[in-house]
Amino acid sequence: MIDIQWLIGGEAGYGIMTVGAMMGKIFTRLGLSVFDYVEYPSLIRGGHNAYYVRASSEEIFSQKKPVDILVALNRETIDKHKEELSANAAVLYDPNFTKVEEGEFPSTVLLFPIPLLEITKQVNADKVMINTVTLGASLALFYDDFSILEKIIQDAFGKKGEKVIAENLNTTKAGFDFVKKNFRDKYPLKIQSKPQENLLIGGAEAVALGAIRSGVNFAAIYPMTPINTVLSTLVAQALKYNIIVKEPEDEIAGINMAIGASFAGARSMVATSGGGFCLMVEGLGLAAQTETPLVIIEGMRPGPGTGFPTWTEQGDLQFVMHAAHGDFPRIVLAPGDMNEAFDFTMHAFNLAEKYQLQVIVLVDKYLMESHASASAEEFKIQNSKFRIERGKILTDEEVSSETDYKRYAFVEDGVSPRSLPGQMGGIALNGSDEHDDRGLYDEASENRIKMMDKRYKKLESALSDIPSPKLVGDTAPPLTILGFGSTKMPVVEAINWLKKDRINVNFLQVSYLSPFPSDVVSEIIKNAKKTLVIEGNKTGQFEALIREKTGLSVDHNFRKYDGRPFYPEEIVEKVKSILT
Amino acid sequence: MTTLKDLEITYDKPNWCPGCGDWGIWISLKNAIVQLGLNPWEIVLVSGIGCSSKLPYWVKTYGFNGLHGRPMPVAEAIKLVNHNLTVIVVAGDGDQYGEGLNHFIHAARRNVNLTMMTHNNQIYGLTTGQFSPTTDIGEKNKATPVPTVEIPISPLSLALSAGATFIARGFMGDNKFQTELIVDAIKHKGFSLVDTMQPCVTFNHKNTFTWFYERVYKLENHDASSKTKAFEKIQEWPLCYQLKENEKEKIPLGIFYQENRPTWEEGLPQIAQTPLAKQSIENRDISPLLEELM
Repeated sequence: MIDIQWLIGGEAGYGIMTVGAMMGKIFTRLGLSVFDYVEYPSLIRGGHNAYYVRASSEEIFSQKKPVDILVALNRETIDKHKEELSANAAVLYDPNFTKVEEGEFPSTVLLFPIPLLEITKQVNADKVMINTVTLGASLALFYDDFSILEKIIQDAFGKKGEKVIAENLNTTKAGFDFVKKNFRDKYPLKIQSKPQENLLIGGAEAVALGAIRSGVNFAAIYPMTPINTVLSTLVAQALKYNIIVKEPEDEIAGINMAIGASFAGARSMVATSGGGFCLMVEGLGLAAQTETPLVIIEGMRPGPGTGFPTWTEQGDLQFVMHAAHGDFPRIVLAPGDMNEAFDFTMHAFNLAEKYQLQVIVLVDKYLMESHASASAEEFKIQNSKFRIERGKILTDEEVSSETDYKRYAFVEDGVSPRSLPGQMGGIALNGSDEHDDRGLYDEASENRIKMMDKRYKKLESALSDIPSPKLVGDTAPPLTILGFGSTKMPVVEAINWLKKDRINVNFLQVSYLSPFPSDVVSEIIKNAKKTLVIEGNKTGQFEALIREKTGLSVDHNFRKYDGRPFYPEEIVEKVKSILT
Repeated sequence: MTTLKDLEITYDKPNWCPGCGDWGIWISLKNAIVQLGLNPWEIVLVSGIGCSSKLPYWVKTYGFNGLHGRPMPVAEAIKLVNHNLTVIVVAGDGDQYGEGLNHFIHAARRNVNLTMMTHNNQIYGLTTGQFSPTTDIGEKNKATPVPTVEIPISPLSLALSAGATFIARGFMGDNKFQTELIVDAIKHKGFSLVDTMQPCVTFNHKNTFTWFYERVYKLENHDASSKTKAFEKIQEWPLCYQLKENEKEKIPLGIFYQENRPTWEEGLPQIAQTPLAKQSIENRDISPLLEELM
């Protein structure tokens, strides 16, 4: 069995993200299961970037702690990551710039001094290409056929022209050849390729693809980590799929634009992080009151204030559940992995339009900026099964027969048929004041109660479209783990590790946080022998939500709020400490 | 043919104070729509919050009554999604020059093809008389224990520097003239501002109808294609200093500036053929995107 973690570290500006992504692609095409995770500070040049790529012949779901191959573009990388090296790790570095002391590493660690800068000079490449030299060199450690990388480079740089392809081929091949010539068979691990079944996708890409598939045609996105890739992916496809993607002057304009677009008949979305969502909150209330369908992607990162911009946290749960003044219904869902990021986003657009509600897709930096293997087959099935449902939008024929159309007509399921501006017969006012069924402000007590109840009725109606959470894993194990969102990935990984130690636990992922599945969660907590909530924030926001909605307390909790994701090692240790 | 009757709503009527300038704007707008022969269902009035922003309740067109200060981005997106619609933003000075000032500037530079009508009464009426961004220097009211030293926003010079392509000032003492300005503004292809002086008869005891009658004059022989000349005229009022003795403001009305520039919508090949709202979103094939991830 192969389970290998490669890490490249160095200064920002040296193309670490690019080669990290390509390393993931190499492992993917070799037929391995891949997970990558990146750490970087909030700056453009300098600072320390680290890109972890884990690959395994078994299905994996998260990064792990030990590093098996370390590519150090500078000395700082060695200082920062030395402690993470596994016993037989390989360290690749440029001996002309990175001094390595004798006896600095355990004797089992293998050193690969490679004159990276000199190699770039030999092939007449710019010094910033040292990153690609290490890519070829890394491949040579465990694989003999360079053509796999050749193909990846051609695919990646095809649009940039022959010159860029040739440069990248020269540098990667030079790195590959250097290792083959000087360190042939020094690295003991060889990878046998298997037929490829997976694609490699990032959370942000999965969200963007889900949005595209579900027919989004208007997006107003103000840039902010960790949702920038949603913006760039949509922009890249904007002309192909006729999507209007606008970068507004601020998030306030963004959400109001998205509301205007939706009112005029577009499938509309915004994407932001917690700080940007703070600015959008007023608009969220407007959308709720005017019953304008809207999808909001909220990518959490540690706050408050500017906080910890390029790190991860699950600290906005209670915020999105309650954001904006007054009572109004909302749907909040939290995908836990790449397939769910794709699937839930598609579903979010249907829910928003069918029930004229605002749907918040709660994600975080860890999910958005990591990449993971996902079954290509599964993606194809999700893609072909999905049907766009736009709900009660009146057709031109339907609306033309209206003589006294009422935008907020009181109807059984609470969802009043919607006309679109431009339709004769559908003239209506969408009002942010409390209004009567025509949209006109109305301050009568009976109307207020009826209108509030009508809006909440939509949430009840939406229940039929919302799947119940499912317990995965063993029946009646000694411990049940509860969580939401991206913690699913390390939790599932840890559960697999625990199985190998003959410790069985099961896991309840609550994907739909509003409306909260109180009955199912209560039942599961009551039946569990012991319960453990794992979540990425200081105050236990998810645990508090469970208590609020079920009246039940859980036995144990494991919280992190240092900007880092959970590691399977930490979860295994926590579970063992509870069970022994 | 659209008639005034077509624009009438039967189930409610305006509740502005008797004598309020909003009545005149309401009438002028309806007259302009009739004069232009626009179909009511192809018009969207987008408003903010305040006395002026209630106007869409009382005109039988599509309406969106949004948040204080935020009608502009709502309106911009409506125009992008369905550029066959005539989009008119109707809001007050607090909305457009206070809470939502930045949206106005960005809409102007984008030259999105819509009309921004500001009901400028230089005061906050609905909240009973606090000062607004256009309150004259030296005024004292509910929000100012001492006379304000803040100089008023000059909406027209902001519009000019931000890139608005139609800039006009109206006054509600002259409905016919106001109607003409609205007609020209709607006909103009691009971002048009009609800043309308609309005395608040209840709370603004300084800038009254009489006060304006004594000071306004119509621009004549003005070259509206010249930015420099427009800027000169715009500088006449509002003033950014306290009047000296025996000095009296002169307030020009009319079209200060007009130019032709491509609009925001025209820059979008996605909607060159068909408005976005009319395009199908069904059957998108994303398999090439999935293929790239292999």
